[in-house]
Amino acid sequence: MGGETPPLQRTMYTHTHHETNQPVLDVSHLTVHYNGRVALEDITFHLHEGERIAVVGPNGAGKSTLFKVVAGVLQPNAGEVNIYGSRPRGHVCIGYIPQRNQVDWTFPVSVADVVMMGRSAKLGPFNWPHKKDWDFVNHALETVELRSLASRQISQLSGGQQQRMFIARALAQEAELMLMDEPLSGLDTPSQEGILNLLDRLKKENVTVMVATHDLEQAASHFDRILLLNHHLVAFGNPAEVLHTENLISAYGGRMRIEPAGIMLMDDCCDEEADEHVH
Amino acid sequence: MIVAMKRRMNTFISFLLEPLSYAFMQRGVIAAVLVGIVCAVVGTYVVLRGMAFFGDALAHTILPGIALGYLVSGGAREPLFWWALGTSIVAALGIGTISKNAEIKEDTAIGIIFAGMFALGIALISTVRSYAVDLSHFLFGDVLSVSTHSLWLILIFGGLVLLTVFAFYKEFTTLSFDPILATTLRLPVGVLNNLLLTLIAVTVAVSLQTVGVALMVAMLVTPAATAYMLTHRLSHMMLIAALFASLSGIIGLYLSFYLSIASGAAIVLTATVFFMCAFVWKKIRQK
Repeated sequence: MGGETPPLQRTMYTHTHHETNQPVLDVSHLTVHYNGRVALEDITFHLHEGERIAVVGPNGAGKSTLFKVVAGVLQPNAGEVNIYGSRPRGHVCIGYIPQRNQVDWTFPVSVADVVMMGRSAKLGPFNWPHKKDWDFVNHALETVELRSLASRQISQLSGGQQQRMFIARALAQEAELMLMDEPLSGLDTPSQEGILNLLDRLKKENVTVMVATHDLEQAASHFDRILLLNHHLVAFGNPAEVLHTENLISAYGGRMRIEPAGIMLMDDCCDEEADEHVH
Repeated sequence: MIVAMKRRMNTFISFLLEPLSYAFMQRGVIAAVLVGIVCAVVGTYVVLRGMAFFGDALAHTILPGIALGYLVSGGAREPLFWWALGTSIVAALGIGTISKNAEIKEDTAIGIIFAGMFALGIALISTVRSYAVDLSHFLFGDVLSVSTHSLWLILIFGGLVLLTVFAFYKEFTTLSFDPILATTLRLPVGVLNNLLLTLIAVTVAVSLQTVGVALMVAMLVTPAATAYMLTHRLSHMMLIAALFASLSGIIGLYLSFYLSIASGAAIVLTATVFFMCAFVWKKIRQK
């Protein structure tokens, strides 16, 4: 690509104004009912700019629901969510990265097409991508090291590449808050390392990241704070504060056993919760 | 030898040209190609979003509207397009709303409405004496009786549909691939969904005379599914689908002319053969 690459800094667009003295994400007394059950109850927390948060909890603990409410896709029954001081519905700065099993991988689009979708809102109606938009897309693809696969159909990517494509899409969207639903599950160790390295780069760009994960060890080693969830907020703080036996028993109950080598969780993925959200 | 070849060539050319010496065949071919292109492009979204059953139901649901228009206008064909268009849009948006809010599963709700409305349409038409012939035209199409006036309507409304798809291509594509992304990008998801339903409705009205309500779903789904076998790009899928749909229209009408087969059935059968070839070709290539 000739010329200069656009900076990854996000410029202000015509969406809701950001009150920069307000937290990136402020959740207070959030309660959500889903299919007649309480999915989330009285959740309160807030995030600082550029933080990396791991959201952990058992299957069906409400992690996906939390992300969807934060993204403005689901409406809360009580309490409120504010992004930079206002409701999510006006913001286009929230990047939601779906679980891989929620995606139609046979859809006839290339990697670059999917990343360009992130710019749909910035383009506005009736406009087709300009050079500037392709620059954004190419730069995002370079950031996630997928530039050489840009014209591949999306089913031809490996699991890790698929995940990185969605991160590139969120970058093209100029997302300031990224919500990643189980980005690491089902990936081999090198692919997981690739994603975790990308999260480090995003931190330098001041992107705030929330990642749902099942791996407590990774949560402890790669994230600034951990949010332990089981319908209500069990604990929120730095890993040492959150990951102690009492909290974990409170969150996981019988689905956990403590062994000399460490804590074993009895669940591995949150398909159960994912199924709830198929529409 | 050369003389023999020339003679064979001439026979072939007259084989192709003879049907076109009839004005009704000329209009029929133009109508079949136009309808094929519109159906193929809209059908691409129908296939990708898994809306085949919706398309089939919608086509059947407009029968009472056509029947009413038919009774009101005393058997005249010209006003039927408008009756079909009106019923189709109302039915599409109605089915869209009902299936979203229903207490029962979406496909069950659609099934109940579709069969009920279809029965109502048949009941209305059966009050007329010549009902068997007219009913079969509504059900299976009668592209060879397309008037110049109808041709203009097909051109104008089909053109509008294509222009709308072109204008909202990226929005429709984003919404079809990832509705959650569309929501977080704050695209007007509800409006876009209804716009797409309306486009399908207009397409159904435009196609009515060519393939009829019972075969409509084939025009929406089969060429798009054929193209889906052959490409990994959405824009290419639309172009290839349009190509196969046009070819099906032309070949179908020649079959109809020479073998005296019902035109709608001939077009759909040709499209089906194309699909089977593409399917087999893909299977072989995968091995």
